[in-house]
Amino acid sequence: MSFLSYLINGISLGSVYAIIALGYTMVYGIAKMLNFAHGDVIMVGGYAALTMMLNLHTNAFVAVLVAIVVCTVLGITIEAVAYRPLRNAASPLAVLITAIGVSYFLQNVVLLIFGSNPKNFQSVVPIPDLKLAGGTLMITGETIVTIVSCIVIMTALTTFINKTKAGQAMLAVSEDKGAAQLMGINVNGTIALTFAIGSGLAAVAGVLLCSSYPSLSPYTGSMPGIKAFVAAVFGGIGSIPGAMIGGILLGIIEILGKAYISSQLADAIVFAVLIIVLLVKPTGLLGKQIQEKV
Amino acid sequence: MKMTKNFKNNLITYAIVIAAFIIVQILQSTGNLSSLFKGLLVPICVYVILAVSLNLVVGISGELSLGHAGFMCVGAFASAFFSKCTQQAIPADGLRFFLAILIGAAAAAVFGIVIGIPVLRLKGDYLAIVTLAFGEIIKNVINIFYIGKDSNGFHFSTKDQFSLGMEVDGTVILNGPQGITGVPKNSSFLVGVILILVTLFIVLNLIDSRDGRAIKAIRDNRIAAGSVGINITKYKLMAFTVSAALAGMAGALYSHNLATLQASKFNFNTSILALVFVVLGGIGNIRGSVIAAVVLTALPELLRGLADYRMLIYAIVLIAMMLFNWAPKALEWRERYLGRFFRKSAKEGK
Repeated sequence: MSFLSYLINGISLGSVYAIIALGYTMVYGIAKMLNFAHGDVIMVGGYAALTMMLNLHTNAFVAVLVAIVVCTVLGITIEAVAYRPLRNAASPLAVLITAIGVSYFLQNVVLLIFGSNPKNFQSVVPIPDLKLAGGTLMITGETIVTIVSCIVIMTALTTFINKTKAGQAMLAVSEDKGAAQLMGINVNGTIALTFAIGSGLAAVAGVLLCSSYPSLSPYTGSMPGIKAFVAAVFGGIGSIPGAMIGGILLGIIEILGKAYISSQLADAIVFAVLIIVLLVKPTGLLGKQIQEKV
Repeated sequence: MKMTKNFKNNLITYAIVIAAFIIVQILQSTGNLSSLFKGLLVPICVYVILAVSLNLVVGISGELSLGHAGFMCVGAFASAFFSKCTQQAIPADGLRFFLAILIGAAAAAVFGIVIGIPVLRLKGDYLAIVTLAFGEIIKNVINIFYIGKDSNGFHFSTKDQFSLGMEVDGTVILNGPQGITGVPKNSSFLVGVILILVTLFIVLNLIDSRDGRAIKAIRDNRIAAGSVGINITKYKLMAFTVSAALAGMAGALYSHNLATLQASKFNFNTSILALVFVVLGGIGNIRGSVIAAVVLTALPELLRGLADYRMLIYAIVLIAMMLFNWAPKALEWRERYLGRFFRKSAKEGK
């Protein structure tokens, strides 16, 4: 029974990673950049929701909506100010370092406003815990909401990309920016939309993460950010189902590793699995193998 | 001897380091150096070496490495471990520290080879993420090791210091997350500068050598380089290993400057910091790495007067500098209005 409850915890944590990884992978697919500030957008989302609930006494639903709006605006702003000018820079590393600068910036702004002490986050989930098998298996309300939101987001995103014009534009821009522009697609607008969606998802992930692990500090986002990045690579970066599978597998490996092998080595195990996967499948589980032509 | 342009350029780089050393010595002897800045001298040397070594991988070999702190970590722990063990056996500080640096570099080089062989099969961002993963693994694994020494020899454990099962005369050398304490404080600014010069000598000569040209050829076009008979794996591994060894050396310098050495210090942020030095100083430009490492290590300390705002300002300066140095629009603007001052550097950048 304990294995089953570890497994459910793993899927729950993995669902959060998956939601973050979706944002990572969309941005990577379209802008070809590793957005290291993504983890900090999660943290900002957490603080936005916390402020709404604690200081303005709104209900949880409004708080989550505000967090999504804040993060979406933040994502668009970051893209326009810090990333767009560097889109055609001579080296792709330039925008990577700028993203790190943005990450430091967000952490320190939050540090100045809210202080460095971890804040206690109150759960936004109104659902009671579910007891199964005579009380031996407990599934928390947070777990249910996290897993359900992950599935809903994944389905909505896939439908959006495959069925709508804006989604098709995203696919086109990620294939070839120049050709997309010639077809009359607004490239800047499409990239901004991608950042908006990615950052909005980050806000959802932030609220869910903090509901399950209720401690929020300016550095809360960085480790889940890196893990989600790993998850995105694990599943094949640029692929939406890949991010989902990668995230959930990563969560399960982490929780099971913590439970059965060593709690200190859990991160090392996650990374070791990643290395093995990449050595066997160099572009991740669902990544496209691109043949180089001479 | 014929003075080639590269040779002259390299001499200027050495001269800058030596001049900086002399200026600091003069300031120190006249008492014009604040204690804060004195404490920064060795860390600056550490980060200069780290930045130059990373530039060999990122700039010359063209592979993005996000786990360079891992090699530094290996070097730091190997050398500190050696120094702790031989404190009685080798009483001469200088000799012991010299050997410790060699051991740190050698241990990191071994890791460089072991990690490099699988990693260098990958490309681009996948390679970057695997180096990140290795860096984190090294840190995490060192964190769970406990090593003690008594009259019977060494004892290992991965649980805690009490399960080492030592005699009463035993001492714990590596204490899990607490790391190694009481490493002899052998690092000094002089040693740091000598190590910087050694690093520069190795890297600059490697770049200008036949091997270095092969490495750069692979960076510029892997397929073309392969088709003219350059052994891609060999040269990539060479750059990676040399870089790892130098980072190990930086680690040795770092570990002999602190009372306590903890693996958690060598996290992702340290690797990123080194990458920031490299990119800001100019990818592939060794002198730029040296200057960027000095300026950016000193900057947060110089901004200390601004208290809470210093890291915020650091972040803003970093973003602004990146935009100014790399954005095509900014480069155009610079060319138009500041052309006279920047034309030369802009040309070199290409």
